[in-house]
Amino acid sequence: MPASAVLSATGIVKTFPGARALDGVDFELRRGEVHALLGENGAGKSTLIKCLTGAYRRDGGRVELDGAPIDPRDPLDAQKLGIGTVYQEVNLLPNLSVAENLYLGRQPRRFGFVAPREMNRRARALLSAYEMDIDVTAALSSYSVAVQQVIAIARAVDLSGKVLILDEPTASLDAQEVRMLFRIVRDLQARGLGIVFITHFFEQVYAISNRITVLRNGRLVGTRETESLPRKDLVTMMLGHELHAAEQAGETKAESSGPVRYAFHGLGKAGRVKPFDLEIRQGEVVGMAGLLGSGRTETAELLFGVETADSGTAECEGRRLSLSSPRAAIAQGFGFCPEDRKVDGIIGDLSVRENIALALQARRGWMRPLSRKEQDALADRYIKALDIRTTDREKPIRLLSGGNQQKAILARWLATNPDFLILDEPTRGIDVGAHAEIIRLIESLCAQGMSLLVISSELDELVAYSSRVIVLRDREHVAELVGGDVSTENIVEAIAGQERRRAS
Amino acid sequence: MSGAKALGRRLLPQCVALAAILILIWFNFPGFFAIEMQNGRLYGSLIDVMNRGAPVALLAVGMTLVIATRGIDLSVGAVMAICGAVAAASSVRGDPLAVTLVMSLGIGLLCGLWNGVLVAILNIQPIVATLVLMVAGRGIAQLITEGAILTFNDPGLIFIGSGSLFGLPMPVVLWLVFGIAVALIIRRTALGLLIEATGVNRRAATLSGIQAPAFLIMAYVLSGLCAALAGLIVTADIRGADANNAGLWLELDAILAVVVGGNSLLGGRFSIIASLIGAMIIQAVNTGILLSGFPPEFNLIIKAAIIVLILLIQSPRLSHLAAFVRPAGPAAPAQGKSVAGGASAGDARDIKKLERTAS
Repeated sequence: MPASAVLSATGIVKTFPGARALDGVDFELRRGEVHALLGENGAGKSTLIKCLTGAYRRDGGRVELDGAPIDPRDPLDAQKLGIGTVYQEVNLLPNLSVAENLYLGRQPRRFGFVAPREMNRRARALLSAYEMDIDVTAALSSYSVAVQQVIAIARAVDLSGKVLILDEPTASLDAQEVRMLFRIVRDLQARGLGIVFITHFFEQVYAISNRITVLRNGRLVGTRETESLPRKDLVTMMLGHELHAAEQAGETKAESSGPVRYAFHGLGKAGRVKPFDLEIRQGEVVGMAGLLGSGRTETAELLFGVETADSGTAECEGRRLSLSSPRAAIAQGFGFCPEDRKVDGIIGDLSVRENIALALQARRGWMRPLSRKEQDALADRYIKALDIRTTDREKPIRLLSGGNQQKAILARWLATNPDFLILDEPTRGIDVGAHAEIIRLIESLCAQGMSLLVISSELDELVAYSSRVIVLRDREHVAELVGGDVSTENIVEAIAGQERRRAS
Repeated sequence: MSGAKALGRRLLPQCVALAAILILIWFNFPGFFAIEMQNGRLYGSLIDVMNRGAPVALLAVGMTLVIATRGIDLSVGAVMAICGAVAAASSVRGDPLAVTLVMSLGIGLLCGLWNGVLVAILNIQPIVATLVLMVAGRGIAQLITEGAILTFNDPGLIFIGSGSLFGLPMPVVLWLVFGIAVALIIRRTALGLLIEATGVNRRAATLSGIQAPAFLIMAYVLSGLCAALAGLIVTADIRGADANNAGLWLELDAILAVVVGGNSLLGGRFSIIASLIGAMIIQAVNTGILLSGFPPEFNLIIKAAIIVLILLIQSPRLSHLAAFVRPAGPAAPAQGKSVAGGASAGDARDIKKLERTAS
């Protein structure tokens, strides 16, 4: 591998009011390498990227591109210099065609008018380099997120061409799509691009990266060759301490023997999820596994009254329940942490305190306000109990990192003292430390007698805390694993078993 | 304690702007601050500003809540005309004052309910939903007055427009009492929090168990009630209902008052008191231009220029720039909050930049 650095940053400092986000961080990216940038949420990964791409102006330090010092004013400027960025949420225009997206702002012209045929031809040529043979005149939204991501990469590489920054590109992709993306990344690597890769998935870090840089609390922990860095050491680098509790805790999990508290019979809704039966015991964690789009979230939404079921019944200890709206479900002691916490969870402009008090206040009604003192006490209690990292409780919640937002939403529900809590992907996109804390929290809530339904794509995690796991496929509940049968292999088999039957 | 301090900080730019405008007028018109007592009622230019500003101040109360839910109510001017016409017609018919008032205010509530249902239940965009009544409203008012200006002589009704209570003109008493009462109710109950949550993220609010439609309807109903009160004042003031001109364009002044009050049209955080000050700023500008003896054809331009200036002063982007210009020195801790605000505005700008780059 050529050891010449394409991008090197030394002593980067970035200060925000009340916090030093980056404190003298060094980062070096070589030509033709994939460099993983890791760290807990709030470690400074995004801030570093934003300083490199000009989205933030750094307060100190040097950035050199090909040996020449640069100081991009904004991402556009950085792009012209050769640094392109692709974000987790594809930042393209879904209603325009693929070709238009690729050439937006620089459409080939003829007599001053956009020349669509020329543009489409170039777009096809550009994408063929990525072995993508798709209709470039179709709307971007007609393609999967993975394809959109490739198109975003193609655009970024075409525009910049020296450095490509991928910010959690795989977060919403399935395994096959990740493989496709990696093939493209290796291709670009071979072309000599320097690629920065940010992710939360260790598997992917080890599958694709050459080197790893770890940040913690705004400081550089170190840069290592991936091959010579065992996973355990990597976790230690990220956390600064050893992590064991979460891995082991669930091993001895016995089948829950508490009384059945909730029974759902034949609950279903056409086009969303086929009718299913589900029983939830007191003090039990029921896991829910399945691929994206298998009906997991749809099941949760039926249980919480977000969608109204068109068949089936719900009972609590023999009593019929009406689940016509989230409000009705909350009145029965339900709580629901949604998968997309930015869209469905946080109230961004409101403070951490208000976000925590919200569900309890909504249940009490507007006539019986929680006094400011009660709200303060509530917020302080959960900020402490869940270790929500925020400078103070009046900070707008959108300024918190993902893991801390997730904990605040959990706090919102815990404040209502629910009997039944539904968690949809509670650990998605959050850092290892918060991850372990949330798992510990799930276990302690369960021990206190709360019933939980946890949806997760991380099978190890499900196995660790669930006494039963429901497996979904094609919007149908296809299997239920109990007690000793709960294992990663069995879950995978249950998902795949169905597939095999289909194939034959 | 800290709540009062936060309120003070929130209202500071509006108070400064109002004070600056009043002082500016005072330079041009030295008698501006003179207030005298005659026949048990206060007279003076300042009182006049508060009196003339009453309709917009009342509208601003309701408009603030509607805007906090990320909506807008364009119909308030037309609803003023309807309610004024209803009151005049009822008075002409010889109904007792109480019946007249109840009918007029009731019609205002109904108009608000109509808007609220269109927005909250039928999910029509607020600007379109309220446009319906904005256009149709004047037609309805004309039907009630049968195209003429309906004049009346009921001294009770007239009192609302030109009477006085505790030495203050009745319209001033009305908007002060009503505005402060609503502000208190909103902040002493949980309404403020629940409305703000609905405005920032309706879906997340619903998932937290907030009955978003109920609060949306409530906001529009209150806006209708405010419009009815404002309509009564305007009608009582001229002792007649003018379906064509009562409340004409006042919806825009009300929106402006809310914006000058520092409330975001994107919904969320709001302050009714700030909107009331905003309404007074607008009226002070109007009165000031009149008093200063500029040729009338300059009035609108000068008003626009002053408002642009006020909005500029409030713009978070400008304070962000100011934070750049001012070296982060000993002033920084005291400025903590506003600088933090600047940073978040910076975030918004960053997002915009990112979007621009990606597209």
